[in-house]
Amino acid sequence: MKHVTEPAYVRWSLIAVAFLFLGLFLILPLIAVFTEAFKQGAGVFLAAIAEPETLSAVKLTLLVAAISVPLNVTFGIAAAWAIAKFSFRGKNVLLTLIDLPFAVSPVIAGLIFVLLFGSQGVAAPWLAALDLKIIFAVPGIVLATTFVTFPFVARELIPVMEAQGKDEEEAAVSLGASGWKTFWRVTLPNVKWGILYGVILCNARAMGEFGAVSVVSGHIRGMTNTLPLHVEILYNEYQFAAAFAVATLLAVLALVTLVLKSLIEWKTERKSKAEEDYYFDASGEKAG
Amino acid sequence: MRKSFLRRGFLPGFGMTMGYTIIYLSLLVLIPLSVLFLKATTMSWEQFVGTILDPRVIASIRVSILTSFFAACVNAVFGVLVAWVLTRYDFFGKRIIDGIVDLPFALPTAVGGIALTSIYAENGWIGQYLAEWGVKVAYTPIGIWVALTFIGLPFVVRTVQPVLQDWDLQMEEAAATLGATRFATFTRVILPHLLPAIITGFALAFARALGEYGSVVFISGNMPLKTEIVPLLIMTKLEQFDYAGATAIATVMLVASFVMLLLINYLQWRINKFDAAR
Amino acid sequence: MSIEVVNITKSYKNFTALENVNLHIPEGELVALLGPSGSGKTTLLRLIAGLEQAQQGSILFNGEDNTNRDVRERKVGFVFQHYALFRHMNIFDNIAFGLTVRSRKTRPSKEEIREKVHSLLRLVQLEGLAHRYPSQLSGGQRQRVALARALAVEPKFLLLDEPFGALDTKVRQELRRWLRHLHGKLGLTILFVTHDQEEAMELADRVVVMNEGRVEQVGSPEEIYLKPANPFVYSFLGRVNLFRGRIQNGRIKLGEAEFTAEQGVSEGPAIGYMRPHDAEVSLHPPQSAAATAVQAHIERITLLGPLVRLELRRLDTKEVFEAEMGRQRFLELLVEEGDVVYVTLNNLSIYVESELQSVPTPALTPVHVTV
Repeated sequence: MKHVTEPAYVRWSLIAVAFLFLGLFLILPLIAVFTEAFKQGAGVFLAAIAEPETLSAVKLTLLVAAISVPLNVTFGIAAAWAIAKFSFRGKNVLLTLIDLPFAVSPVIAGLIFVLLFGSQGVAAPWLAALDLKIIFAVPGIVLATTFVTFPFVARELIPVMEAQGKDEEEAAVSLGASGWKTFWRVTLPNVKWGILYGVILCNARAMGEFGAVSVVSGHIRGMTNTLPLHVEILYNEYQFAAAFAVATLLAVLALVTLVLKSLIEWKTERKSKAEEDYYFDASGEKAG
Repeated sequence: MRKSFLRRGFLPGFGMTMGYTIIYLSLLVLIPLSVLFLKATTMSWEQFVGTILDPRVIASIRVSILTSFFAACVNAVFGVLVAWVLTRYDFFGKRIIDGIVDLPFALPTAVGGIALTSIYAENGWIGQYLAEWGVKVAYTPIGIWVALTFIGLPFVVRTVQPVLQDWDLQMEEAAATLGATRFATFTRVILPHLLPAIITGFALAFARALGEYGSVVFISGNMPLKTEIVPLLIMTKLEQFDYAGATAIATVMLVASFVMLLLINYLQWRINKFDAAR
Repeated sequence: MSIEVVNITKSYKNFTALENVNLHIPEGELVALLGPSGSGKTTLLRLIAGLEQAQQGSILFNGEDNTNRDVRERKVGFVFQHYALFRHMNIFDNIAFGLTVRSRKTRPSKEEIREKVHSLLRLVQLEGLAHRYPSQLSGGQRQRVALARALAVEPKFLLLDEPFGALDTKVRQELRRWLRHLHGKLGLTILFVTHDQEEAMELADRVVVMNEGRVEQVGSPEEIYLKPANPFVYSFLGRVNLFRGRIQNGRIKLGEAEFTAEQGVSEGPAIGYMRPHDAEVSLHPPQSAAATAVQAHIERITLLGPLVRLELRRLDTKEVFEAEMGRQRFLELLVEEGDVVYVTLNNLSIYVESELQSVPTPALTPVHVTV
């Protein structure tokens, strides 16, 4: 259909410009991470990775993600069930409130927890009495991370569940299934890809969060240092190769995230495409 | 009870899930955020205004808004271009390109920050050529702009792409049968249709850029009055234990973000309404 | 302006949409392209408009070759099935679009455009809606806006793709009458695609019946209804009964019914087609000596307003078929379900199945029947 497309030269120059733009802003930085990491040889790279402080940062990062991701998944499923399967007043307000953490600067996300639990914070006397430490400690990092990753699963799941409608659940319940059974046997299989998608994005952000965590962590090496914070410390100490070596761990995480994300998109897209093909066959005239 | 039961249908679990949603939302988001406003009200008006009108604060707001705005502008133009190329054309590596667009969402901002700095520093891959022309990128507002463009890149692409995918090609065919050139069809038929999505993507990229911290700190150089952005200033105040100052600036910023969020939600609602009216 | 389609073949990756299609559409006629979905009728329409490119063949307007001309230069009015109105433009701007996109040199003045649009709005009876948006109009109104938009550029002819497909029955009836009227008024050549035989019969001067990428028959509505060129046309237009039988020794045998075939007819399996209203039902065997009547059992009686339809089962071949008659005739007959009646098979069309080709639709040749 030549009328609905551009001449070849326009097409190819648009593609070239897109490649140039993405190359300059996305692909080059990605390559830079790896080349900088190996600039002083594999020995320096491996040493930086094997350093005890790096390993403890890895551990802390994994721990934080292991707490905040399940919390947000539980929340996401509960919120999606309430919002997608029922109608009630103020739904839009609730949706906007769920989006709030996306609109808040990570620095402010950290700040609010400092104001709440810090040494001069609202809850400070109470925390002192109980001898609890939240700010400049692991709980603060978990809180800040959970805050910034709060909307991911819910945001992904609500439209998926809404698109599914509630016919299948109503059918299951009318056939005598309990609420839990209905959820496990009917809803969950329908939205499993949506949940996984949300989990992947949520996890990437949880492991990579920098600003919010930076405010609440206190940067205590080997104690409250996550991987991104460790990268910053090394970089500021002019240990560039080491900083980039640790950064490669996070870059690989990002690449794995992107691959998984594309796989899920590909899988769900293929599913909807199969439905579309069926539709095309049924109305043959549409072809072309 | 009976009435609400009828209205909501007979699926179970509304009370439980809704209750959990509200409690979790309140504990984690609403209460902590309200503490910020609470703290702000403990300041006197003069104190508050004095903090905000401090030349260093004003300068940082100016830097933040200008760099975020220009980054969002560039992303609006190139975002449409990338979305167009990805939905309309076939070429080698399209799937990879489509996937890599989300890199700024997946790559920790600190990593993006140090990578961009190494490229655009005066001895970096690109920085050295730009330096020959006398253009300094790293440690100048241009560097901030580069980092914010990186961070906001996926937004316009991902808001425009679905609209282009759902676009009815018959509109373009109709324009062609009426004698419109390809250019006229794009500017007068396609672009107006994409506009709400472009504005939404622009607003999202702009809002994200205003709050961005991680990728900017490395490349900006953090010189007060010149390359200091608002989130960085809040951080600095915190490190000096000036909680009141940090709170005042954060409050202004948060209110601005809320306004942006409402605007974005309104735009999304407009787009949906527009589509529903087909 | 006349349209000439010569030897057009168009195929997609895995199927052939049009195969060696030839068609002549004389100036000023209202022509229907009729066929089931997948018959290639829309593809043919799009080819004429220049929205598709054929692999082979040519398209001429008034004898002038337009095969390789760009859609923008063909000056055809095209109305899309779902109208394809520009959603962000109001009705006025939609109709004016074709004029306002012209280059400065050929563009009419603002005043002229305004006048033109308003006269078109009058023509399509939508005065006063100029500032509405497409989403604020009903389906029928949108359809008329789409027509006005196509007419604004003073096209050589109009092409309509399933123009009434998306509308409900009542609006469809109204719009058909209106289009007929418009055609009379403008005298423009109009070609429209439809899968609805009633629509084609009611509206068109000439009907082009298409199937599986081929033109099966071209003719006036009467011609194609009364003299279908082949079994496909026969069964596609209206209800039809089908009887299987054989041709032997110059006689056509359909069960106990026998007819004389023309001289020189090849022998073999034969199929007889008959419209339900050509079945003559009586309580007694017909007077004439010819054995053209069969006995049948009334399985079901359906009242359809002025018509009565009998579902019958032949006693000889057990074939099920239908007979239709006026209400008056039915009351005279005094029959009920379960009765056995005599049915005379009038106006049969017999086709011989040729042995060479039998898949998917056997090629059949009509045989003249003399009783």
